[in-house]
Amino acid sequence: MSGQSTSVAQTPAMSASVVDHYLSEHAAVGPTLPALGVAWIDGLRREGRDAFAKLGFPTPRDEAWKYTRVAPIEKRAFRLQGELCIGFDEDDIAPFLLPTLACHRLVFVNGRYAPPLSKPGKLSPGARLMSMDRALREHADLLESHLGRHADPSANGFTALNAAFMADGACLILGARTRLEKPVHLVFLSIPQEEPVVAHPRNLVVAGEGSQAQVIESYASLGTGTYWTNVVTELVVGENATLDHYRIQEEHTRAFHVATLQAHQARDSRLRSHSVSFGAQLARNDINAQLDAEGSECVLNGLFMADGRQHVDFHTTVEHARPHGSSQEYFKGILDGRSRGVFNGRVHVHPGAQKTDAMQSNRNLLLSKDAEVDTKPELEIYADDVKCSHGATVGQLDPDMLFYLRARGIDGATARGLLTYGFAQDVIDRMPIPQVRERLSHTLLTRVPDAEHVKGMV
Amino acid sequence: MLEISDLRVSVGGKDILKGINLTVNAGEVHAIMGPNGSGKSTLSHVIAGREGYEVTGGSVLYGGKDLMEMEPEERAREGVFLAFQYPVEIPGVNNVYFLKAAVNAVRKHQGLDELDAIDFMKLVKEKAKAVKMDESLLKRAVNEGFSGGEKKRNEIFQMAVLEPKLAVLDETDSGLDIDALRIVAEGVNSLRNEHRSIMLVTHYQRLLNYIEPDYVHVLADGRIVKSGDRRLAEELEERGYGWVLKREVAA
Repeated sequence: MSGQSTSVAQTPAMSASVVDHYLSEHAAVGPTLPALGVAWIDGLRREGRDAFAKLGFPTPRDEAWKYTRVAPIEKRAFRLQGELCIGFDEDDIAPFLLPTLACHRLVFVNGRYAPPLSKPGKLSPGARLMSMDRALREHADLLESHLGRHADPSANGFTALNAAFMADGACLILGARTRLEKPVHLVFLSIPQEEPVVAHPRNLVVAGEGSQAQVIESYASLGTGTYWTNVVTELVVGENATLDHYRIQEEHTRAFHVATLQAHQARDSRLRSHSVSFGAQLARNDINAQLDAEGSECVLNGLFMADGRQHVDFHTTVEHARPHGSSQEYFKGILDGRSRGVFNGRVHVHPGAQKTDAMQSNRNLLLSKDAEVDTKPELEIYADDVKCSHGATVGQLDPDMLFYLRARGIDGATARGLLTYGFAQDVIDRMPIPQVRERLSHTLLTRVPDAEHVKGMV
Repeated sequence: MLEISDLRVSVGGKDILKGINLTVNAGEVHAIMGPNGSGKSTLSHVIAGREGYEVTGGSVLYGGKDLMEMEPEERAREGVFLAFQYPVEIPGVNNVYFLKAAVNAVRKHQGLDELDAIDFMKLVKEKAKAVKMDESLLKRAVNEGFSGGEKKRNEIFQMAVLEPKLAVLDETDSGLDIDALRIVAEGVNSLRNEHRSIMLVTHYQRLLNYIEPDYVHVLADGRIVKSGDRRLAEELEERGYGWVLKREVAA
């Protein structure tokens, strides 16, 4: 940043008008939000509103936002989408579904639940799946001890705005020992409008004691244009429960995507969260796991791929608050063109969290000399009997591998595509649902260098 | 098939090959032997087209064409095959996909139709059986987690599938126990025919107990200092490289 004094002088003025824009939107929309008058929900929204009024958008002076400038979001006055007339059917959304996967499907368009496109299907007894709008209106009591208890509305301007405008999204609640046979697929589609619009989806998954489920969140665009998705997902994983979670972000390269995933894990619980970021001009993903009881296990697996002028940022935080927890993080980045990647992996082992076993790995592949990545492990360990490791690499394609492929008759461009595909493969292989793996492998193939040739061979 | 004339190669300004002359005809098996640092691997790599070598003089003709002008993949498509001394592990790239890409690149170049999945798998299974390659290795990523012997066998298996005209085996025998060596040798012998030329680059004579070469050349300090038939290899085994090198100096 050049001329810091200038930026310091300008920021407050700019923020003030931008903050005012969202506050006046909030004043206008607030009275129409669901479950109005329920004290704790009103309180949560108010907390979000007040936090945003105080914080505004993050600046590069905030350590967690040092490498990700959100000015492109800040400078546009995004409007909330009004009532949307959905003039399309299942065929239009087919490309965003997993056609061979039997699942419970909820579709959201510009942040609002779209019943005609959804197929929730029949759930196991003890499971409830519905839109957040309905959950807020009809089942506020079921939400009270979870919603907003984990994702702090005051964490930053984005979570604050999300809380302030909380209206819709998905809600899955599993009673004790409830096991969902089929995955839940949450499909968030955005239709860009003439003016830039924003959606603040709010998702909650509560997995009761001994329960088990698979949840997939997909984000995609129907059409071209600038819009902004600002989502917060809370995962509450109860004692001895198992949750497999996926986030697949394939939004248009003019879109902005800011996402917070906040997980809370009880004793002996297992969370495996897989994140894939392919799209958006700016994608920021905060993934926070609170291992709040003994014996909880957490796997964070992720892949990001960017080209052109895309910017993608993953910030993970694993809080090892209790003994005998384990966490494994596998993140890989592939950066081409003039794209920029950020990985910041914080592991915090609290005093007394003995026998913690934490592993973190971030490997990055730079396909062009103009691509950049900043990778930073952040280990804070306050217990002495723990096993913590981390590793980060940034590199290009291996010339020995390239030569090996070429020496077998494979041309250089195809070899580069094949090796790029191979680089990402282990992240995809770590995902248990075959249809997701197939889908992502396919997407990956369309995005590697010399995609046409590679596609034919895999 | 292959005509190397006065080939001079340097690496980082250091002369490694100092005028190699060698003619390999179709159907012949040539053993290139020599002590460490004699330039054996450089010769193999230069034939396959590896980067990092500067050809400072001489020529290499392959089927009458200037091999040095060709990209590595063009050489492979024209039938040149290098069995690597250290086969590379390629995580995430499945052995079968890789091989299919290679086979079809060669076939396309030859104006043949690409093999479909069924015909390709038939070919692969047949060749795997011929070189006693464990089929489960095919499902894995290229060389990933393979033992030393499995990697070498995979090279021979690829050679069997690709059916090259000129195969250069760069120290394929090194690091193999006697059973693995025998299997590799059987694989090579089964591919031996009147249309195919084979260059065995090796430090040890022992491979030549199993693959009988037509010619043996001793490479030392970047030159071929002695050529002969297989009896030369036996003599080397008995008397060591010092014997040839000394004679050379005396002459």
